[in-house]
Amino acid sequence: MSFARRFFSRPTAAVGFVVFLAIVIIALAAPLLFARGPFAIVGMPLLAPGSPGLPAGSDVLGRNMMIGLAYGARVSLLVGISATLVATGVGILFGAVAGYYGGVVDDLLMRVTEFFQIIPAFVLLMVLVAFLQPSLTSAVIGIALISWPQVARVVRGEFLTLRSREFVEAARTLGMRDTRIILTQILPNALPPIVVISSMMVGNAILAESALSFLGLGDPNLLSWGSMIGGARSAMWVAWWTTTLPGISIMITVLALNFMGDGLNDALNPRRGR
Amino acid sequence: MPVDRRVVLGAAGLLAFPAQAWSAPNNSRVINAMMPAEPAHLNYPLLNTRIMQEICGNINESLLLFDWQFKPHPNLARSFAMSPDGLTYTFHLRNDVTWHDGVKFTARDVAFSCGTMLPQINTRSRAAFGQIASIVMPDDYTIQFKLKKPVNAFLISFMASNAPMMPAHIYKGTNFRTNPYNFKPIGTGPFKFANWKRGEYIHLARNDHYWRKGQPGMDGVYFRLCSTPEQRLVAMETGAVDIAMADDIDTVVSSRLSAHPNIVTRSDAYNGTAEISVMEANMRRWPFNDRRARAAFLHAIDREFLVKAINYGEGKVAHGPIPSTVPYYDEKALVKYPYDPARARALLDEMGCKAGPDGVRHRFGIMMTPDGGGAWTRISHYVKQCLAEVGLMANLEATDWPTQSRRSGNWEFDTDTNSYGEFGDPAIGTARFYLSSNIRKGVPLTNLQGYVNPEVDRLFAQAAVAVSREEAQACYSKLQHILSRDVAMLWLFDRLPLFYHNKRLKNVIRGPNGPSDGLGPVTLA
Repeated sequence: MSFARRFFSRPTAAVGFVVFLAIVIIALAAPLLFARGPFAIVGMPLLAPGSPGLPAGSDVLGRNMMIGLAYGARVSLLVGISATLVATGVGILFGAVAGYYGGVVDDLLMRVTEFFQIIPAFVLLMVLVAFLQPSLTSAVIGIALISWPQVARVVRGEFLTLRSREFVEAARTLGMRDTRIILTQILPNALPPIVVISSMMVGNAILAESALSFLGLGDPNLLSWGSMIGGARSAMWVAWWTTTLPGISIMITVLALNFMGDGLNDALNPRRGR
Repeated sequence: MPVDRRVVLGAAGLLAFPAQAWSAPNNSRVINAMMPAEPAHLNYPLLNTRIMQEICGNINESLLLFDWQFKPHPNLARSFAMSPDGLTYTFHLRNDVTWHDGVKFTARDVAFSCGTMLPQINTRSRAAFGQIASIVMPDDYTIQFKLKKPVNAFLISFMASNAPMMPAHIYKGTNFRTNPYNFKPIGTGPFKFANWKRGEYIHLARNDHYWRKGQPGMDGVYFRLCSTPEQRLVAMETGAVDIAMADDIDTVVSSRLSAHPNIVTRSDAYNGTAEISVMEANMRRWPFNDRRARAAFLHAIDREFLVKAINYGEGKVAHGPIPSTVPYYDEKALVKYPYDPARARALLDEMGCKAGPDGVRHRFGIMMTPDGGGAWTRISHYVKQCLAEVGLMANLEATDWPTQSRRSGNWEFDTDTNSYGEFGDPAIGTARFYLSSNIRKGVPLTNLQGYVNPEVDRLFAQAAVAVSREEAQACYSKLQHILSRDVAMLWLFDRLPLFYHNKRLKNVIRGPNGPSDGLGPVTLA
């Protein structure tokens, strides 16, 4: 069975993929559809959804919620994907070196990993972002820094089992250098779990960014779903849509990513129907 | 995965609301009020903030009380008089006042408060009490202040938050900043300090030996820590809390709370504090050193819309340095800058601040007031949008309180948002932001902008020593003209925050000093 057929054989994965694709398209198209940007004030605040020109209503500043939601998708995806890429890169580096070499190197790197794992992740994130000044970059760095240990652990586990397999021994006998073995022999075989964990991580990164923005630690010059909720908190008793709609957006996106993660797990798991 | 679980728990924690824990019956003789954050201590003059004025206004009283016209009336002083040359003030004190610990209140306490403690640690007292040349006490209940020169704002300096009387037998000869009574204050007021449960409440109990007969009308006051705006709204609506002071309730929901059948809304409770919301511009930097740029800012911002929509109708557009609710405000003297983006563009062109190929004339920062997404944040976002329309691109800079205070004190900003209180007289509340002698690096709430105008310095000095009100008015009218012509600050609006209380109480607001005059006369309705 092909990869695609195995992935789409799971209905939730298919739904997740379609929804995620739609969100990506909305995010990419936002500047084309809404040239004035999400911060433009278009009228009185707190107009209900369905008011003229405002299918999703207006927020506490009289901004078009629909535009805000579309632009919010950009921030969420940008932070989610870049933080995951950075975290995965760092995680692979630490996990591969630790798993491949073992011994003292392994001990040393794993202690560093544990150091990050024992600190409450969100507290560390808040301190980091406050220290680096709230911005998009600091959010990405902070989220990557609290996410990489997970990848490192998984990669290390894979490397530990793979490094003593025959094909690795064979490569070594052929005189291949360590870097080449790690990159061309072991890593491709360790990729499936990394892909699965990364897809889940995007969802978590989006949640973390939303939480940061909610607390006012997001980039104040960007409108994200979290900052939309944070800014409209006090209005939740008079205008439900100001907090509910961005909340639902976060939920749908993270759910779609998790569904996709499950699908990838099925599709990449060698023990299932190959 | 650890992150999402914490996020969910954190959000749940923010919403959790323990209203039932203190919900009281309607005829309870205990008043419940709120504080959005706990003060560091309860030494009134040392930390003269809004929440301190509201709590300690019940504990530490002043010699005088002020009516809606800002006329002085007896309080701890039975009577008072000024000599015709304006150099001597005589106060006759009540002889039936005792401190909460039973010690008699005498002229020595007044001499210590006005002569030593207040000028040392209460910045707003310095303008008046710094001019005291000598203090004479003919007997225990008479005190005479002889001044170096006339001080026009001397009597108004006895408005509650400017001159809380502090006990000499507790503080004299001690370090005011570390005295243990900063955590269990002693005063003469209708309520006395009872208990401070950290993280929950500050409890004030009835003072049974209060000098004013028949008061206090209630048995005690609780100031409950209520840290989020959603909590505070629900607490008022359910009746769990009786009083919501300025800023306790977000302006977004003010119409909802005002419409509540059990709630009384007052818009005059802070007429004396008279806060103006402003933007400060660092005039050491281009283009803010040019008055045309500052005028363009004001022309570009639709302040009517700002008040009506962004601040949900709370406040009144400000055109000058003196708020419209206090003495000496003179609307005729003001040069106004109505909303007119075309005029703003013309002024910027004229001064050479021209648009580049991307339509941007200038990029600069707005240092935001850290209020967690409340009214201040909304104002900054709105201003940014208005200025973008005329080609001024603002970068919003998020800060926390220590950063904000450090950067503004060290002049490390382009523009910021801020507000300042007038406290009854321009010499107390306004002059400090425009006097060139008050450009003091490292000190927040001074002339941070670096505004210098010798004529302004001279007029403020002349007004401060004026003996008659007319003479002072002439100076202040001229000042309002010059400062508004110079656009000496970017005035946005008089804040006039709303004050709410449950209908079960009456006599809550009795003068322009609002809740800072204490809750002694409050009774059940």
